[in-house]
Amino acid sequence: MVKKTECLAMLLAGGQGSRLGILTKNIAKPAVPYGGKYRIIDFPLSNCINSGIETVGVLTQYQPLELNDYIGNGQPWDLDRSYGGVHILSPYQQIKGTEWYKGTANAIYQNINFIDRYNPEYVAVLSGDHIYKMDYNKMLQYHKEKDAACTIAMLEVPWEEASRFGLMFVNDDGSISEFEEKPKNPKSNKASMGVYIFTWSKLRQYLIDDEANPDSGNDFGHDVIPAMHEAGERMFAFRFDGYWKDVGTIDSLWEANLDLLNPKVDLDLSDDSWRIYSRNPIAPPHFVAKNAKVENSMVGEGCYIAGELDYSILFSNVTVEEGATVKYSIVMPGTTIKKGAVVEYAIVAENAVIEEDAHVGESPEKIDNLENWGVTVIGEKVTIGKGAAVKAKEMIDTDVKGVK
Amino acid sequence: MAASNVLGIIYSNAYDSLLGELTSVRTMGSVPFAGRYRLIDFVLSSMVNSGIGKVGVSTKANYQSLMDHLGSGKPWDLSRKRDGITFLPPFSGEKYENRLNALEAMLPYISKSTNEYVLMADCNVVCNLDYTEIIDGHIKSGADITIAYKRGIAPKLSHVMSLEMTEDSRITSVKIGEAGDKACDYSLNIIVMSRVLLERLLRSAVVMGLKNFEFDIIAANVNALNIRGHKIDEYAKVIDSLQSYYDISMELLSGEYRELFNAENPVYTKVRDDMPAIYGICSKATNSLIADGCTIKGTVENSILFRGVYVAEGAVVRNAIVMQDSYISANAKVNCAILDKNVVIKPNKELSGAETYPIYIGKDITV
Repeated sequence: MVKKTECLAMLLAGGQGSRLGILTKNIAKPAVPYGGKYRIIDFPLSNCINSGIETVGVLTQYQPLELNDYIGNGQPWDLDRSYGGVHILSPYQQIKGTEWYKGTANAIYQNINFIDRYNPEYVAVLSGDHIYKMDYNKMLQYHKEKDAACTIAMLEVPWEEASRFGLMFVNDDGSISEFEEKPKNPKSNKASMGVYIFTWSKLRQYLIDDEANPDSGNDFGHDVIPAMHEAGERMFAFRFDGYWKDVGTIDSLWEANLDLLNPKVDLDLSDDSWRIYSRNPIAPPHFVAKNAKVENSMVGEGCYIAGELDYSILFSNVTVEEGATVKYSIVMPGTTIKKGAVVEYAIVAENAVIEEDAHVGESPEKIDNLENWGVTVIGEKVTIGKGAAVKAKEMIDTDVKGVK
Repeated sequence: MAASNVLGIIYSNAYDSLLGELTSVRTMGSVPFAGRYRLIDFVLSSMVNSGIGKVGVSTKANYQSLMDHLGSGKPWDLSRKRDGITFLPPFSGEKYENRLNALEAMLPYISKSTNEYVLMADCNVVCNLDYTEIIDGHIKSGADITIAYKRGIAPKLSHVMSLEMTEDSRITSVKIGEAGDKACDYSLNIIVMSRVLLERLLRSAVVMGLKNFEFDIIAANVNALNIRGHKIDEYAKVIDSLQSYYDISMELLSGEYRELFNAENPVYTKVRDDMPAIYGICSKATNSLIADGCTIKGTVENSILFRGVYVAEGAVVRNAIVMQDSYISANAKVNCAILDKNVVIKPNKELSGAETYPIYIGKDITV
């Protein structure tokens, strides 16, 4: 007898994340490094396995090389299964022609055959670019209790930010009465987290109908969900009150990283019962040298620190030479920061070199008009020459010459 | 040549008794070392990085932790359909008295393999070596047996072999047993020979009831066989006591860890999926190796912290080796000590050994 798949997850990981600029030049947003050793997609993947979802389709489209390589056979997440496990689903050629994934709903539509092979009762549709720890199984139980066609995870956001989200009006019994997509004057602060559970037989039909509708944008938030709502399907909101972050912009990526250093933030990565799995770097423990000063920071494996480190996150194999200072910054794997260099309020991507006495980033206190301040970004494999200065908010993806 | 034609054999239990309590619950191979490794990781990674794809691990006793660590061999890429890693525990009732016994019990495994050569190694040698050089040298020199050696003061091991060689590295005599404090050429017990020769030597050892590998197989055959030495100049250190375990660990901090670890030849180990290490406000860490999953809020100096160690506010850890998941509570002080896994030091406790006599606190003990 074949094991029955009750709930299968479809992970939307095709997004470019264009607002992350040069950080997503060569990789999709879910593959962006986060938190000293992780990539964003580790969170939904780990949530799946921790929630008992053992069949996951990952929909990729934009720059899939790094992401495909990273996910591989799914072994780091225990998703290398002979039945189920992780599957990378890219757009493919068909008799009627080749189509890219036109929208989130179309991406699932094009993979109806994949889902049907497992014939699940329920399908979870997840976004590959959010950082949060969530038990999808609890949400599934809720979905079953309510006999819903669709359950949407909901988070109360601060009112001033509500206009950035898809909002919901929720009745006392948890059912959703109305939707509002990114309104100028929000009347609700209950935001959709982009985490859905559908009863597959229902969703399947709505996807087919949506595809047949030439006016549809083939998007979940814009088209499929409203269509289900109009048709009077049972739709419920599932309240989530933990840490959740959409790292859509440079500033929010920077903030979400530094959140890990804030003891008040409710995102514990050392929780044994809800491990976040990832492909681990193969490197020795990190070494702090004699005159190093390390405070309030997170440091990955294989780092060598001889300089000063404060309120920063170093990924694996980063070198901070003696006399160099790194503060309020995120430094991705393999980067070297040489003697006397200063890196502050910056994100430095992989394998970059900050030469001696170079200065990357600026403190907001030194800038008169805060509108001109922002996190500085140094791209992958970029060299910042000796003594060069890179200002606040700049994004550098070609080498910067040294100053004599 | 690629070492794909070589069968690797590892003795995980050799010299267990030398480390006292550290090996009371584990094999030499599963002794934690350098912040996140077990000793077997070094020899196993060296083998894998040299292209060896088939490894037999001889175990005798206490090998639960070793099996847990190695699992299917996945982290070393040795979880394979063909070849890969094989555990070779004793048959029921039998116990290996020595190296020769262990090899004899392995005879069926050895005969069944098709590799042309065999490379044998112990776990108490900390190294990250390219074995292909030894194997190439073995083939080129036409030797029957090649023994890797190092020049220096021999480790204090009961069966250590000190070698005398001609100018072209042919071994002319082998002295067995402690060699005193004078520099000599001592064996690292990394030994290469053809599989056919090893089988032949073992079969005759069984027939003749021979007892000892070093005496009866190596020393006795110095004239009959062409046995050669291969000098190792790279980092390779032999652990022969709890004190030398401590010393070799501490020497890593004076820069030697850079000789042991390099990007070209990574040392593989079991993955634990810890978060990166976290430093709190006012934490002070200097001259230390610190693994992932550690939380440091106090002071750490000249120490090695394994994965998941917690150093609370005001705690001070100096000249210490602190193993996995141990907890140093607020304002506790630890100096010159080896804390095994899951040790808890209660608040305000002080614990101090000497550099020449570090204190050892056993697994799961609360002080």
